[in-house]
Amino acid sequence: MSELALTLIRLGFLALLWAFVLITVFVLRRDLKQPADARPMATQSSRGSKAPKAPRAEKVKAPRASKVKGTKLVVTEGPLAGTVVPLDGAQVTIGRAPDSTIVIDDDYASSRHARVYSSEGTWVVEDLGSTNGTWIERTRITTPTVLPVGAPLRVGRTTLQLQK
Amino acid sequence: MSIPAVRQPTRRGVELVLLVFAWLIGVLGVLQVGWATGEGTTTRLWITIGVVGALALAMHITVRFTAPYADPIMLPVTTLLTILGLVMIYRIDVSAAQRAVRNDAPLPTPDVYAQLTWFAIAVVLFIAVLVIVRDHRRLQRYTYTFGLIGIILLVLPLAPVVGTTVNGATLWVRMFGLSFQPGELAKILLTIFFAGYLVVKRDSLALVRTKFLGLGFPRPKDLGPLLIAWLISLAVLVFENDLGTSMLFFGLFVSMLYIATQRRSWLVLGGGLFVIGAVLAYMFFGHVRLRVEIWLDPWTYAQDSGYQIVQSLFGFANGGLLGAGLGQGFPNLVPFANTDFIVAALGEEIGLTGLIAMLLMYGILIERGLRTAISVRDSFGKLLAAGLSITLALQVFVIIGGVTKLIPLTGLTTPFLSYGGSSLIANFIIIGLLLRISDRARRPDVTAPAVDEALTQVVRRP
Repeated sequence: MSELALTLIRLGFLALLWAFVLITVFVLRRDLKQPADARPMATQSSRGSKAPKAPRAEKVKAPRASKVKGTKLVVTEGPLAGTVVPLDGAQVTIGRAPDSTIVIDDDYASSRHARVYSSEGTWVVEDLGSTNGTWIERTRITTPTVLPVGAPLRVGRTTLQLQK
Repeated sequence: MSIPAVRQPTRRGVELVLLVFAWLIGVLGVLQVGWATGEGTTTRLWITIGVVGALALAMHITVRFTAPYADPIMLPVTTLLTILGLVMIYRIDVSAAQRAVRNDAPLPTPDVYAQLTWFAIAVVLFIAVLVIVRDHRRLQRYTYTFGLIGIILLVLPLAPVVGTTVNGATLWVRMFGLSFQPGELAKILLTIFFAGYLVVKRDSLALVRTKFLGLGFPRPKDLGPLLIAWLISLAVLVFENDLGTSMLFFGLFVSMLYIATQRRSWLVLGGGLFVIGAVLAYMFFGHVRLRVEIWLDPWTYAQDSGYQIVQSLFGFANGGLLGAGLGQGFPNLVPFANTDFIVAALGEEIGLTGLIAMLLMYGILIERGLRTAISVRDSFGKLLAAGLSITLALQVFVIIGGVTKLIPLTGLTTPFLSYGGSSLIANFIIIGLLLRISDRARRPDVTAPAVDEALTQVVRRP
């Protein structure tokens, strides 16, 4: 092997190592953006078959805020702060029960505390008979209520927020 | 199985492509060593390359079937680091063999095939973890069992019959002709224990009694666990002479305590105890003092106890920015080049450029672990993923910091790179657990339970 060939291979090896790192970073970046891109909510509601259970007979309060639908539920306060739950059509259950979508480890939350489901293009919160209540901003909800984007939803000591 | 309306991409294809890429980098590395040293490549080496590819493929297929939504980056990065380790161990074997031929000494046994065997065992255990642990939350049930086994494994090298002292540190167990470092497995079990324990106890540990300098400090009676962890790590230091494990154990506990309670005061208290422990160790233990003195001025000890670190620094200097090239340095000048000092050997041959790429891979791996911790939806999983990532991070920092003379040298293995079965196996189990948790974190929740049947009202936890 000539000196030149060895030098080229040496540099090539380093280039490959860096190419690997850069591709990894590229994948990582796409992965961070992915939840918003991969789940367009418009296509979601148009497919009736996979829509979650129909809301109960109780009257849904009129939407208070904008009609823009959120695509993710973000935990902003409490032990799970930082968790992002992408909303993809299925309902999200919140509570202490281990099979909940968001398992809250909190003495002030009930096993099955609340659920968030989609209905007529909005996300609706329903309290499931919790002891300490489910709160949107400063109001305790008693019936299924539309969750506006950005409003704080409080369950026990955890605050969640619907985000676009 | 119903298909979700909009399918969450699993990204398994990306993982496969990256794995093939990692494997090709390894093949190029081996060829380069062969060309540069004039050894060429033997059939046995080609079989080794094939086996490594097959093992990587086996891991990929397992992930595809048992954890389809798992993180696509962790496995390729881990595999590439392992492959780089194998290439470097092979390269050190070659140089040892050539030196033996020059000196008319008997040929030493190559280590790379032993390491390949360990890699195979690690892959089998990795697959076992993914197949057996279908839901990481089940581990929480065995919190105290794992804790107990972890402590037993930690002190096992002190047991009279099985324990063995190698190079001054008592961290080996020899049984049935095989030697193993139980401390490596203990760190996983203890991480599970800390996670399970802190999830339950963190509310009381987060209570603030006294405020001091703007930090809320915990109640004195809640200091117990921290003090116990401190005493155990001091005991490991005193009786097993193992600085690395001791620091890893205590650092892990303090960081997990901080993550669980979100109280910075634990970091202050933990840091204070660490300083006290370090000062005590410096005052009472000759070998600790020697380590610190070598760190401050290795050149005085260049011919005896500082020989390793001095040779390692020469290696880095010889490597420079772009490295001498695989097969073209003198890695065998550093004692223990393929275990503790593999980073020095790599630094000489792939240079600063290669070393930074490697450090970035560790960084990415740890970032993915912490990202998993953020996105998983249960507290136990969060703590476990964070703890496992921190174990990796601490190991990388302590050993690479030691070899580059940033901090005093302590004997820890470089995860995935170093020659040594226990470490490789333990770190692959860690990756298995992290992939399991990340699968849970990224899996879209399509099977929500029927709420109406389970309308229970629980007032307060017993």
